[in-house]
Amino acid sequence: MGHQQHDVYFVPSKSYWPIVAAVSMFVTVFGAAHWLNAQPGQASFGEPLFWVGIAMILGMFFGWFRSVINESLSGSYNGQVDRSFRMGMMWFIFSEVMFFGAFFGALFYARLFAVPWLGGEGHGVLTHQFLWEGYNASWGASGGGGPQKIGGAFQTIPAWGLPLLNTLILLSSGVTITIAHHALKAGHRRTLLIGLGATVLLGCLFLWFQAHEYAEAYEHFNLTLGSGVYGATFFMLTGFHGMHVTLGTIMLAIIWVRCAKGHFSKDDHFGFEAVAWYWHFVDVVWLALFLFVYVL
Amino acid sequence: MAHAATHDHDHHGAPKGFFQRWVMSTNHKDIGTLYLIFSLTMFFIGGAFAMVIRAELFKPGMQLVQPYFFNEMTTMHALVMIFGAIMPSFVGLANWMIPLMVGAPDMALPRMNNLSFWIMPFAFILLLSTLFMPGGGPAGGWTMYPPLSLQGESIAYTIFAVHLMGISSIMGAINIIATILNMRAPGMDLLKMPVFVWSWLITAFLLIAVMPVLAGAVTMLLTDKYFHTNFFNAAGGGDPVLFQHIFWFFGHPEVYIMILPAFGIISEIIPTFARKPIFGYRAMVFAIASIAFLSFIVWAHHMFAVGLPMGAEIFFMYATMLIAVPTGVKVFNWVSTMWGGSMTFETPMLFSIAFVILFTIGGFSGLMLALAPADFQYHDTYFVVAHFHYVLVTGAAFSIMAAAYYWLPKWSGNMYSETWGKIHFWSSVISVNVLFFPQHFLGLAGMPRRIPDYNVAFANFNMISSIGGFWFGASQLIFLGVVIHCVFFSKKKAADRSWEGAKGLEWTVPSPAPFHTFDVPPVIHDDELAHGNTEH
Ligand code: HEM
Ligand SMILES: [Cu+2]
Repeated sequence: MGHQQHDVYFVPSKSYWPIVAAVSMFVTVFGAAHWLNAQPGQASFGEPLFWVGIAMILGMFFGWFRSVINESLSGSYNGQVDRSFRMGMMWFIFSEVMFFGAFFGALFYARLFAVPWLGGEGHGVLTHQFLWEGYNASWGASGGGGPQKIGGAFQTIPAWGLPLLNTLILLSSGVTITIAHHALKAGHRRTLLIGLGATVLLGCLFLWFQAHEYAEAYEHFNLTLGSGVYGATFFMLTGFHGMHVTLGTIMLAIIWVRCAKGHFSKDDHFGFEAVAWYWHFVDVVWLALFLFVYVL
Repeated sequence: MAHAATHDHDHHGAPKGFFQRWVMSTNHKDIGTLYLIFSLTMFFIGGAFAMVIRAELFKPGMQLVQPYFFNEMTTMHALVMIFGAIMPSFVGLANWMIPLMVGAPDMALPRMNNLSFWIMPFAFILLLSTLFMPGGGPAGGWTMYPPLSLQGESIAYTIFAVHLMGISSIMGAINIIATILNMRAPGMDLLKMPVFVWSWLITAFLLIAVMPVLAGAVTMLLTDKYFHTNFFNAAGGGDPVLFQHIFWFFGHPEVYIMILPAFGIISEIIPTFARKPIFGYRAMVFAIASIAFLSFIVWAHHMFAVGLPMGAEIFFMYATMLIAVPTGVKVFNWVSTMWGGSMTFETPMLFSIAFVILFTIGGFSGLMLALAPADFQYHDTYFVVAHFHYVLVTGAAFSIMAAAYYWLPKWSGNMYSETWGKIHFWSSVISVNVLFFPQHFLGLAGMPRRIPDYNVAFANFNMISSIGGFWFGASQLIFLGVVIHCVFFSKKKAADRSWEGAKGLEWTVPSPAPFHTFDVPPVIHDDELAHGNTEH
């Protein structure tokens, strides 16, 4: 037996975090399902259960990541573990791409097929004649509410205002995080912290403007989640993106703290890179959103 | 036995406490066992639902259950079998065998592996609990088409259960990819890997690509039901057919997720009992890859009858038929592997041969369904039911049973009872045909699927089918008996290389495989591998 070779492989010790995670997820969705089905005005244990589940998930993430960070700091991980983590993160991001793909697919289908067909185009002539006569199909404010104008008349958000600003903000955050990464590799702590800090702030700024935009949509434009298929695709796409920015910003903030504590070295900083990849992914999704949801 | 590492000093043998060993596990073998036990349990729960269906359909007229309950049974049977029985059992096999086959000490991300498993029981508690709720469980079919599926309260639970299963599958798949790409022992080149490992590499890719799409689809269902969106509501500019597109973009690759690992298993077993290396190793690998690729561009063959534009009908028809080509390559190669081999017919081999024949029948009925004009007639009839049960029961499920018989000696250290294994096989293979073959005729004669009552004209074939159903269900109790006997009571110890013709790293470790294997990367000798010499 090659004892000298022993640390070629690393297998982590057993852990209770997975079962905690599974239970927390169960509590969360069980609560959520009850809550969704509760009659309005009727007390339901679903709502508190949901929040308990969310709290458990947050606690679980905190605990699980703390133990991983401690193991990493104590030098238990080797190059192979690092590669496994990298692959894990890359494929996770790929799965996220596919998740957004489903919603983009819905957007394209609605715009290119469903709405025009309701208006009598292509093979939708008869449907139009018998069911939706008089529906003048077009995308956006005039046709996106569907034949029955569900949600009422609305206006759309102009691309060249806040959305453009947000595009610039996210693009610059992509630059600042790259500056931070280079600084980390070059060992320039100060630049690293400033670059990363700026990225966090830009992320927050983006979210603030996004919230502002939503408020405006609801209050002044009557553009809501219920504004036909336009509102559905608009809010689900931008909303899921916003959730990802929120998550990314939180992760960036944690990485900032870890940088400040000196957790990362020049050539061993997977945690930093994973979050940076994630941030770039969120960035690219936004560019697609800007183009297909706002501009076109 | 240099690499049959059993020594422990850093991490020790199996932990003592039950909770520590099974709930906090980071051991691929224990987690694999958990997956296999879980999926066997689900197999019997889903099977019980099927018995209710066949009992109701035994005679025309309403016999036993209410129509709504019948619909709950068809819906739940499918969901439980697909997501609870077939998929997790393949993941269980992957967990057990992939590290052993590539010379890795464990999966690449063992804790996430444990999480992937433990999500599953909770997901199914969530799903099955709806059966006991006031409004009843989901009854709109496993495909969850709106607007039907949006009736009732259970859809929220179903959707969240699907989300959980999706998270579990994605994490499991990520783990498998990382294990295969990153944990192979030195010398285990990609093109020396067993076909089973290849099949799982590609399956894992499919899973990561399409499970999120399913998650997206059901999320839209959720918001349509509870948050006033109009994705699938024509009055708001949406389209119920959109759901079908998104669902089947997931759904067709999903059916290959349930068959590619089966291809892998069969490609391990046939060479062992034919005592010949697999015929056309590379062709087998490329066939799997091309099937996986094609599976992304055929989804609308499930929707020929919804009124697609003509161009789409034609495209999806031809693209679907194209899949028969790589599938044919596989069948040809399995047969060629057996050709001229010195074959013996132990239970795993019997199941594998049955797989090759009966899966091919399912492939042929699939080809018939792929003809768009013909499918207008067959769609939503029992012909479709017969088709997918041939590919899923005599295909996927048979391969899992073959795998269980093949590797049980390695897992448990004991040989199962060959006599009872054979009784199980013959009983299953005859009854399964009594069960499903008449359904082809029923479908061609026009009997719709998912219906609790039917025209008396269909009575005879339904009665035959039901008899086959009860018989097949009962036969699976033999399987349970054989497994329990093998693990706990069998006196016959298994050799390390449990089958004379078996090649591959998994047979170089002791039987039962010790808690930790390959603590140190093994040295790979090409002639030890089933497909090591791909040159000839
Ligand atoms: C030669 C390859 C195959 C072809 C050409 C094929 C073709 C088809 C077609 C056209 C349908 C739609 C029938 C209809 O609803 O009218 C269908 C349904 C189905 N196929 Fe296949 N198939 C093939 C292989 C498989 C395999 C390998 C599996 C699974 C292991 C599978 C599982 C299913 C299932 C589950 C359905 C029914 C889905 C539902 O409506 O609930 N098929 N197949
Ligand atoms: Cu299909």
